Amino acid sequence: MAANPQALLYSKTHEWTRIEGDEAVVGITDFAQESLGDITYVELPAVGDRLDVEKEFGSVESVKAASDLVSPVAGEVVAINEALENAPEACNADPYGKGWLVRVKLAAKPEGLMDAAAYEAHCAAER
Amino acid sequence: MSELRTPLTAWHEAHGAKMAPFAGWLMPIQYEGILAEHVHTRQHAGLFDICHMGEFRIEGPGADAALSRAVSHNLQTLAPGKCRYGFLLNEQGGVLDDCIIYRFAQDTFMVVVNAACAANDFAVLRERLPQGVALADISEATGKVDLQGPESLDVLESRIGQNMHHLGYFGFCETTWQGVPLLISRTGYTGELGYELYVPAEQTEAFWETLLVDGRVKPVGLGARDTLRLEAGLPLYGQDLDADHTPTEAGMGRMLTSTAAYIGREGAARAQEMLVPLRIEGRRAARHGDVVALPDGTAVGRVTSGSFAPSLGCVIAFAWVPAAHAGATDFTVRAARAALSARRVEIPFYTQGTARKKL
Repeated sequence: MAANPQALLYSKTHEWTRIEGDEAVVGITDFAQESLGDITYVELPAVGDRLDVEKEFGSVESVKAASDLVSPVAGEVVAINEALENAPEACNADPYGKGWLVRVKLAAKPEGLMDAAAYEAHCAAER
Repeated sequence: MSELRTPLTAWHEAHGAKMAPFAGWLMPIQYEGILAEHVHTRQHAGLFDICHMGEFRIEGPGADAALSRAVSHNLQTLAPGKCRYGFLLNEQGGVLDDCIIYRFAQDTFMVVVNAACAANDFAVLRERLPQGVALADISEATGKVDLQGPESLDVLESRIGQNMHHLGYFGFCETTWQGVPLLISRTGYTGELGYELYVPAEQTEAFWETLLVDGRVKPVGLGARDTLRLEAGLPLYGQDLDADHTPTEAGMGRMLTSTAAYIGREGAARAQEMLVPLRIEGRRAARHGDVVALPDGTAVGRVTSGSFAPSLGCVIAFAWVPAAHAGATDFTVRAARAALSARRVEIPFYTQGTARKKL
C-alpha cells in the first residue's frame, strides 16, 4: 500500500482532494484502487459539468466490480484526465499522481473531509 | 459459514493472495492482479489451484455400458488414455453439470465435476449406476493443479524430467513424480496449451512448489481463470449453463454424438433459447444479469457472463436469447450505467490460443 499523502484531504467514499488555490484535483485513494483490483474503465464527466458534494460524478470499473465516483467538492470541471480513457490502469499504479480524475474550479471551500490520519482510521475500520 | 480449504489454501494466504469464497471453498482470486496473471498465462505459464473440483472413480463389470446411459459423453469412441467433455443431464435434457470423463480401461473411469455440483452429481450417478458398478468420491484424496500457457509443456517436462510431447489434446497418462502417482491430462480452461495435473492431496503443495521453481510460472487466481475461459469461449456452469438449458441451447449440440440411450438424450436437442456470444466495443463491461434488447428496444434476453477481455481490448459476453432472435447481429445490452451496443460474434472470442497446438 502506498502511503496516503499528508497534503491531501479524504472522503469516506475513498476519493482524495488536493486544493490548489481556488481549484481542486480529485482522484481515488490507494485503498479504493486496492479494493477494486485492476481498473479497466473510468467514466468521467465532461469539462464544464457541475459537480456537487456527495453526488455521483462518474464511475470506475474493474474486472470484478463497478463503483460510483462520489464528488468530495462542489464546482465546475475545468479538466479531466483524458489519458485514463485508454490507460485506466494508471489509477492502480499511481492513484495520487498519474491516476488523477478531474480538476474542479471550486464553488465553495470543501468541508467535512478528513486528513490522512483520520482517513487511515476510517479505512482500518472498513477492513 | 466457514469455507472448505484446499491443500493449498494456507500457501495462498502466506503468499498474499486475495481470498474469497467460491462454491463453498476459500479460493485465491488473485495474487499480483487479474490482468497481469491473465497476460502471463497467455504468454508464459500460469499455475492454478483447482483442488476444489470433484473427482469420482467409476469401475466394475458393466461400467462402460452403465455410464453411457448416465451421461451424454460418447464413450463408444473414447479410447483408454483419452478424456472427453460432456454433460450430466436431467430427464428433460437440462444440464445438471458439465464434466470431463477419463477412460483408464474398458470399465474404469474418472469423472471430474464442478465443485458446486459435486454432491448432487454423486447422488445422481449413484442412482443411475447399478450396484455392481463402484462409484467412489476421491475428491478429498485428490489434489488438482492446472498448468496453462504456451510454455507449460517445457516447464512440465523440465520439472518432472519426462517427455510429454506424445500427449495430444484431450489425451492423458499416468506416471510418477518422485515416487508419487501423477496423472497428466492435456486439457484446461484457458484456451492455451496446458495440463491438468492430479496428485495425492498430501503431496499437492510440494508439487505446486516444484512447478513454481521455474521462473516462467506464476500462480494465477480464479479472477484470471474467469477472463481466460471467457475469452476462449468456454462456458461456466451456474452462469452460462444450468438445469433449465440444454447442451444444444449452449451451442454444444454437435458434441451429442453418443448413440447410447442416455438420460436426457431426447430433450438435449431442444432449443428455445440460444447462448449468444457478444462483442462490445469499448471498455465498459456488460455483466451477469444485464438485460439484452433488440435494436428496437424490445428486451429479449440477459447476460450470463460478461467482462472486459484483456487480450482483446474490448468487452465480451454470453447471453441467453430466444432462438427466434438468436440469428440477429445487433443487440443492446442495458448495463448498470449505460446502454451498450453489442454484436453477435463467433467463439472463441480470442483466436490466438495454443490449446490445440500440434507438438
